[in-house]
Amino acid sequence: MTIKLLDFYNLMDQDDIILSYKGDVSSDLVSSVLQIIESKMDKLEEPSKIRKKVYNVLVETLQNLYHHIAENPGLSVKEEVSSVIFLIGKSEDYYIVSTGNFMENEKVNQLKERINKINDLDTLGLKEYYKKVLNNGIVSDKGGGGLGMIDIARKSGHKLEYNFNKIDDQHTFFSLLVKIGE
Amino acid sequence: MENLKIDGTPKTPTIEFNLEEGKLLIRGRSIPENSIEFYKPLIDKLEEYLGTPQETTLVKIQLEYFNTSSSKCILDVFKKLEKIKSNGSETLIHWYYEEDDEDMLEAGEDYQAIINIPFKMIEMEEQ
Repeated sequence: MTIKLLDFYNLMDQDDIILSYKGDVSSDLVSSVLQIIESKMDKLEEPSKIRKKVYNVLVETLQNLYHHIAENPGLSVKEEVSSVIFLIGKSEDYYIVSTGNFMENEKVNQLKERINKINDLDTLGLKEYYKKVLNNGIVSDKGGGGLGMIDIARKSGHKLEYNFNKIDDQHTFFSLLVKIGE
Repeated sequence: MENLKIDGTPKTPTIEFNLEEGKLLIRGRSIPENSIEFYKPLIDKLEEYLGTPQETTLVKIQLEYFNTSSSKCILDVFKKLEKIKSNGSETLIHWYYEEDDEDMLEAGEDYQAIINIPFKMIEMEEQ
């Protein structure tokens, strides 16, 4: 191992990272992270409005990662592409929730189009789109059904920032950055 | 018909369905990874109730958080209530939200726009 822990610490410190994680996502991990961030926000005496929005965005992004791995057996059998990463940070103006995961190249365009469509909508447009998808009768076997990203955008109040980095002829690394706050 | 009682956990709400009184309460957090599995006993119980419902059915939704995976299940619960209403039970939904929680109020209004049952929005003092 060549990593210098102090450099790593300073990097997290200077970017105001509260928590970072790389590895598998289990249901227990989601619960623990939610608990840590909740007590952190309690300690900071964040207004309940911000607390709830951050909590909601965290639930949706972490559960997206959880289901992504569970529903893509092609990824989970290969250890090098089954890990995810996420960071939770707080700058002066807003909270940041950022996630990264590998995905299959063939699914990139569909996801890109979905996020762009969401980013093109204003508050009212997002509300209408949410209601339409809520009532479209399509449900995945775990109960989702395309609402997650719309809800994240509604709670965020900012445009979703993203990046796709092609790794090889099969895989792309997808990163998502969500800002929450005024 | 037996009543339904499910104790709450950090990720799932308390559910109390008293069929003799026609009263249903959902309270707490609803953020399970698998919502369909969690809501199945309630959906089954509503199915059992809707054939011979009480004169009135009062539903109290008192959620602090719910994830999008729960939101479609909650819609399914409301669709069962629409059937209960059309089977002659006077049905009412009380949607609770904490003071200043505009997102939760709005979530209730989103359902209200889709579901053909009277909603009453009730603001609670922050706990």
